Amino acid sequence: MSDKKYKHKQKSMVVSYNRWGYIFLIPFFVVYLVFQFIPLVTTIYNSFFENYRSGLTQIGPNFVGLQNYITIVTNGDLINYSKNTMIMWIIGFIPQIFFSLLLGAWFTDPSLRLKGQRFFKTVIYLPNLIMASAFSMLFFTLFSDNGPINSILVNLHLLAQPFKFMSNATAVRCLVGFMNFVMWFGNTTILLMAGMMGIDQSLFEAAEVDGATSTQVFWKITLPILRPILVYVLITSLIGGLQMFDVPQILTNGTGDPARSSMTLIMFLNKHLFSKNFGMGGALSVFLFIITGILSMIVFKISYAGEVK
Amino acid sequence: MSENAIKNNTTSKGMNVHARRTIAYIVLSILSFLCLIWFYILFINATRSNSGLKTGFTVIPGRFLIQNFTNMINGTVPVLNGMLNSVIVAGLSAGLCVYFSCMTAYAIHAYKFKGRNSIFTFILMIMMIPTQVTALGFISFMGKLGLMDSFVPLIVPAIAAPVAFFYMKQYMDSNLPLSLLEAARIDGCGEFKTFNSIVVPLMKPAIAVEAIFTFVSSWNNYFTPALILSTDKKKTLPILIAQLRSADWLKFDMGVVYVTIAFSIFPVIVVYLILSKYIVGGVTAGGVKE
Amino acid sequence: MKKLASVLLSALMAASLVACGTATDAGTPAEPAATEETTTAAAGEEGKVLNIYCWNEEFKSRLEDHYPGYEKVDATSGKIGDVTVNFVITPSDDNAYQNKLDEVLPANASAAADDKVDIFLVEADYALKYTGAEPAVALDVKGDLGLTDADLANQYQYTKDVVTSNGVLRGVSWQGCPGVLVYRRDIATEVFGTDDPAEIAPLLADWDKFNEAAGKLKEAGYTITCSANDTFRVYSNNVTTPWVVDGKINIDKNIEKWVNDSKALVDAGETGTYDLWGDEWNAGFMKDGKVFSYFGPAWLINFCMAADEEGSVAHDGGWAAVEGPQGFNWGGTWICGAQGTDNPTLVADIMKQLTCTESVMTDIVKKDSDFVNNKPAMEAAAKDDSFAFPILGGQNPLAMFCAGADKISMANISNYDQGCTEEFQNAMKNYFDGNYKTYDEALEAFYKAVEEKYPELTH
Repeated sequence: MSDKKYKHKQKSMVVSYNRWGYIFLIPFFVVYLVFQFIPLVTTIYNSFFENYRSGLTQIGPNFVGLQNYITIVTNGDLINYSKNTMIMWIIGFIPQIFFSLLLGAWFTDPSLRLKGQRFFKTVIYLPNLIMASAFSMLFFTLFSDNGPINSILVNLHLLAQPFKFMSNATAVRCLVGFMNFVMWFGNTTILLMAGMMGIDQSLFEAAEVDGATSTQVFWKITLPILRPILVYVLITSLIGGLQMFDVPQILTNGTGDPARSSMTLIMFLNKHLFSKNFGMGGALSVFLFIITGILSMIVFKISYAGEVK
Repeated sequence: MSENAIKNNTTSKGMNVHARRTIAYIVLSILSFLCLIWFYILFINATRSNSGLKTGFTVIPGRFLIQNFTNMINGTVPVLNGMLNSVIVAGLSAGLCVYFSCMTAYAIHAYKFKGRNSIFTFILMIMMIPTQVTALGFISFMGKLGLMDSFVPLIVPAIAAPVAFFYMKQYMDSNLPLSLLEAARIDGCGEFKTFNSIVVPLMKPAIAVEAIFTFVSSWNNYFTPALILSTDKKKTLPILIAQLRSADWLKFDMGVVYVTIAFSIFPVIVVYLILSKYIVGGVTAGGVKE
Repeated sequence: MKKLASVLLSALMAASLVACGTATDAGTPAEPAATEETTTAAAGEEGKVLNIYCWNEEFKSRLEDHYPGYEKVDATSGKIGDVTVNFVITPSDDNAYQNKLDEVLPANASAAADDKVDIFLVEADYALKYTGAEPAVALDVKGDLGLTDADLANQYQYTKDVVTSNGVLRGVSWQGCPGVLVYRRDIATEVFGTDDPAEIAPLLADWDKFNEAAGKLKEAGYTITCSANDTFRVYSNNVTTPWVVDGKINIDKNIEKWVNDSKALVDAGETGTYDLWGDEWNAGFMKDGKVFSYFGPAWLINFCMAADEEGSVAHDGGWAAVEGPQGFNWGGTWICGAQGTDNPTLVADIMKQLTCTESVMTDIVKKDSDFVNNKPAMEAAAKDDSFAFPILGGQNPLAMFCAGADKISMANISNYDQGCTEEFQNAMKNYFDGNYKTYDEALEAFYKAVEEKYPELTH
């Protein structure tokens, strides 16, 4: 009897605990509903309509079915701008993740005993504090045809005449990638380091005593423990990459030039916002959403492949 | 004796420690240079006059820093007020964002309720929706709610930040064992109290990280505030900077623009330095260790 | 009702004219006494808050300095009598200003009295978007606000063209921004053997001569302009057809001429493809620059050529002005009364004071160096040596500006000018740079970009 009662009590305790799960979710969902969900539903709904402004005149909404989707796919915009976006993301992301992991490994490697760690750890995030618009302004000045970079290169006789960075597709893409790298590698390193804080220092010390090389320590201890954070970094960078906007937007003054080779998906979306073209904009966002979803799913699956939950 | 052994070991197996250390210092110095040079250029530009800036780039500071600064303060664009507004908006956004993201993540992490997985997946999905997409719908809806020209639409949405939530959740996965919470329960701690007095302190490094990120992105946000705020007294710094940049030719002064940019970066640096000690200062998540 | 309102308005106009002592205009109503009474009644019915939407502080300082009875309260507000004046400033970056207008103007009639937009400002590039809107968002300056043809007689015709839609004038401006060609005296002496504007003028009098001169300058190591974009405005202000005809995008002959001329100049290294206001463009203002000439209105010459910087050409008065191949306009702000305003009398009076009253206009010339939209005031200034420009080595170019302003025709503007101009220059820059191989390829890119901005257009 008393046994039964105890059991019952325990079960209800678990249930009453778990009820708290819902309670703790309330603020998120209430705010989400009001500030994001309603605009979002409108966005998806609008993607099936012809709906834009011409000057101050509202055209539509007229139901057009999948016409907006078909237009975006058939005129090649989606493929083109996805390609641009991915290229620029990769140019920035490879050095970003490489240096973040490298710095993370160095900072946590007890055998290195790096001095001035505090300074380096602090400094790497600083570029992120500058507004993207200000940052692009500076880049523009530095890489202009008569700018300091060109005059240095010419004075060193590396170039016969100034190189027109802004008129060369590869150069602009590399600049965008480079700016993203400088702005975001500190961010990634911080994320990884915050993850590393949780790693028990005695693990490293034990490994050192056992005579493991730092490479081994990195692959066998640091990386597996970091996995959840690493997955986070990969997915958010990917999402951030697909949503790349300010840097190329401001650097190319919204044109995505030369010849739209640095036009990203969101810059293209922004073009439709000019005419408040909710139809095309909506369709484009749904595509963007699907692409991001698929890519994130792949990253997620690969990262957790073979792991027993 | 044993230390020698380790040293020998390391030398034989991997690259020499000294060589690796030297490489590390060189790479770190180059990266630091890449990170700091922008501040130097900004500073230089802030010390030059509008006309001087037209002559091109220099490495030597000009003589107009004080002049630009006075022009900024005495100008008709209320920069000081803007800074206060930015502090309020970014500070509250960051505070609300980290607290409630932590709470949301904790709900998913610690409780096994029905629909938990689908909610987690749902939040991951909405994370992938670009903010620009909903921006115009957001603005017109705020208009209907009568929240135009108010801080509410700039601050409150920070409570539902899927990206911050996801980070907290991932951090909890690696650093917050459920056994610790069971212990708290056995000690008779209420759920809300457990969250506030045990979970939040343990999440400090993650909270600091997300607080910085949210603060900075809110501080530098131009797009939404430009559409929401219209009273000069309520405007945040990025709008005021844009306003200075689109000033008419009689008032246009690039030196003032640069000094304002430099001035507006300053508080972010301060906040960053305060919070960064939780990240870089070797704060270990003490209680988490199993 | 409307009729009554306009009678009241014109009555008030007359009253204010008398008050200012410049009652030279005709149309004074018969019974001043009756007018007095109704005016006060009308004023009593009007709103207590005047909201002015703008993107910078230019108009605010004009109003503060030149509108009789304006009292400044703080940085963004003031008082006229018992009416509070608010300036709602939204920067134009990212199209934010127009987005704001698009948000508030259509709903203006139903907005709360104190939140109503009363005045909004527009620029030439997108003026027609608001002045040509259906249903109208800008008030008819004559029909609704009661300004008369006589009031507006001294304004330059092109400033009216910009804000006229279907024959209805829906805005006014206090500025004219006609431009001239300014060239460097030292380079002129070196290449053409003289720096005298009278002798240089024939060498640059039309595009053929201009292009010929470019060749000579190139031989001496100079470029005639910094960028092909410098001349775009000059060509595009002299088109005979608008950008859009019956919903189809149209390329005017003069625009095509710009492409051909510029492509030839760029290929020959006689000009560049830089952005206006960019570093290279600014560098041309310095003595070690290699740029022979710029196209600009008075404000560019006075305020943007780094005159206070040692080492700039302007610092030593090293520029001179000639009319150049064609007249053009650059800049300018137009005042529109918002449909739904609850302060029509005050709006009308502000328009009248700041854009029609000669004494106020002359003050603006003196204080702000604006080229004002008033022929007699400018023609007087053109004859006055005290208006000589030090930057131009003591030359007084105002006569040229006046002549230019008379020649400008902006009758061929369309709703789509801002987008078309921007996208066209952009596509052609890529063509000049060789990123598009042919003109047709560049044209395709242009059509695509414009149709994204204005989905209703075709080509």
